[in-house]
Amino acid sequence: MAGRPGHSSLIGILLSVLLLCVMLIAATMGFMKIPAAEVVAVIVHRITGSGTVPDPVAAGIVLDVRLPRIIGAALVGGALAASGAVFQAILRNPLADPYTLGIASGAAFGASLLIVLQVFGLVLPAFLSIPVFAFAGSIATLFVVLALASGSSRLSSTSLILSGVIVAAILSAAIGFLKFLADEQVGIIIFWLMGSLSGISWTNIALLLPVVSLGLLVCLLFSRELNIMATGERTAATLGIATARLRWLLLLVCSLMTAVSVAVSGIIGFVGLIVPHLLRHLFGPDNRRLILFSFLGGAILLVVADTLTRAVLPSEVPIGVLTALIGGPVFCVIFYRRQRDGR
Amino acid sequence: MAGRPARVSGALWRLDDVSFGYGRKPVLANFSYQFERGCCYGVLGPNGSGKTTLLDLLCGLLVPESGAILFNGRPLAHWRPRALARQVALVPQEFMVDFDFSVRMVVEMGRYPHLGRFEDLDGRDHGLVNRVMAELAIDGLADRAVNQLSGGEKQRVAVARALAQQPSVLLLDEATSNLDIFHTLSILGAVRGRARAQGLTVIAAMHDLNQAAFFCDRLLFLNQGRLLCHGPTDEVLRPDVIDEVYGVRAQVAYNDFAKCLQVSFRAPEGDC
Repeated sequence: MAGRPGHSSLIGILLSVLLLCVMLIAATMGFMKIPAAEVVAVIVHRITGSGTVPDPVAAGIVLDVRLPRIIGAALVGGALAASGAVFQAILRNPLADPYTLGIASGAAFGASLLIVLQVFGLVLPAFLSIPVFAFAGSIATLFVVLALASGSSRLSSTSLILSGVIVAAILSAAIGFLKFLADEQVGIIIFWLMGSLSGISWTNIALLLPVVSLGLLVCLLFSRELNIMATGERTAATLGIATARLRWLLLLVCSLMTAVSVAVSGIIGFVGLIVPHLLRHLFGPDNRRLILFSFLGGAILLVVADTLTRAVLPSEVPIGVLTALIGGPVFCVIFYRRQRDGR
Repeated sequence: MAGRPARVSGALWRLDDVSFGYGRKPVLANFSYQFERGCCYGVLGPNGSGKTTLLDLLCGLLVPESGAILFNGRPLAHWRPRALARQVALVPQEFMVDFDFSVRMVVEMGRYPHLGRFEDLDGRDHGLVNRVMAELAIDGLADRAVNQLSGGEKQRVAVARALAQQPSVLLLDEATSNLDIFHTLSILGAVRGRARAQGLTVIAAMHDLNQAAFFCDRLLFLNQGRLLCHGPTDEVLRPDVIDEVYGVRAQVAYNDFAKCLQVSFRAPEGDC
């Protein structure tokens, strides 16, 4: 049985190495093939200022085009998968994901609203971009869902999930109406909703990196408590855990990570559901390991998927579609086998 | 510090005129009682009489609307949750887990209130966990996933985790209500063994009067949130009390085989 602490640091190191390799390979691929050695030389030269002076074209492609997108993919994938693991533990529901509390719907509504406003010719200040609207939409939605669920002081899993479903249903109707209003320009909305990492810049990374690493740190710090809470709120409280406060903290932290990710990448489904599920299946449910593994696994998955759409497939498929098309069937298989094995 | 049963004079718990309700409906009304150390208490009464609410109040999960609760002479509200968790453990009626944690890991969770934030279990903790699992006869299941066990085995795990907390008081909230007689008797036997050997105080909400008669030194009868009757088991387990609390005709007699009082019931006329 997987569960020895010695193994867990080995698996963690292996996954980290795998992530770095995948990122390096991804940086070599694209319209222009750049050998791995040259990619490394470009990065080393950029960081240390020493070493061989690289070809300026290759340096430009690696540093300005590929690296922000690859690092962005890793951060978004990691944030979604780690949040998914935490949501599943907190809501005590293996089917929960980071979008359970309506964050994706809120972001989609915010983004669609701005797109429609622009279609109607409204000129807004430049800083009010789609990511800003998406972020505001998801945070507003989160608070509506939490307010709705906290009517019964204990913030139970069922009421949280139900509130999320209700609010998401309302928003999806509203998004449908916005699409209708957008008329011929509806393609812009649809494209955003399907998710894309093509627009990620170093500015986005500067925002993603601190939020995601801080969020991950908080989740890791409370992973032991999360294990205990996953075995029941009442007994967790009698073991001395301030369950209500910790629930709020972790829901907020993970939602924030998710909201920032969705704001820069659009809605990328299934990573937050599948990755923790798959890794729990492989390495056991201990959140002290699972959260970090999920972060690394989600990062690897999204870098691979994004490289596929960017450099391998003949034309760029929206990444949200790709993850759902790959992730969906994988999930079906896991789900079917779990049902069959009776657990 | 950790795990040493507090030896303070005076009552373990002192409840003065405690009331609690959800919304406007009182669940527990003007409840006053003193729990002493080293005793096995049975809390009895029909469904909805306030048994679970009483246990939740005792371990600080609920805060009374009025009245005072003192634990070891200090107001319960002044106890830090972790400090209280080193003294009081709770075993709920059901232990539902959707994730396949191993039995050992769940029992190890009982050490949580004794560990610092960055502290891991040491050799002493592991030894304790092994001993507790052996005591509950689940040492053979240590590496099994807890969500694949039978109801009886799961409750043993829950009791083992509570004992791994090294509490001075164990609260059982109908902990054996869903189990067959073998698991019920062996769990209650293990807990009572602890009580006799180490002075563990047990407060058990129960349904089965015969099990209460076998297990408890003192009984509290609740009805509609009020304490109707309390005292040593031999004195208060009487037909008139049972009739008043449950509205059921019963006969109580000493049973040589069980070596304690046992209750027989008669079904209401005409129903069978």
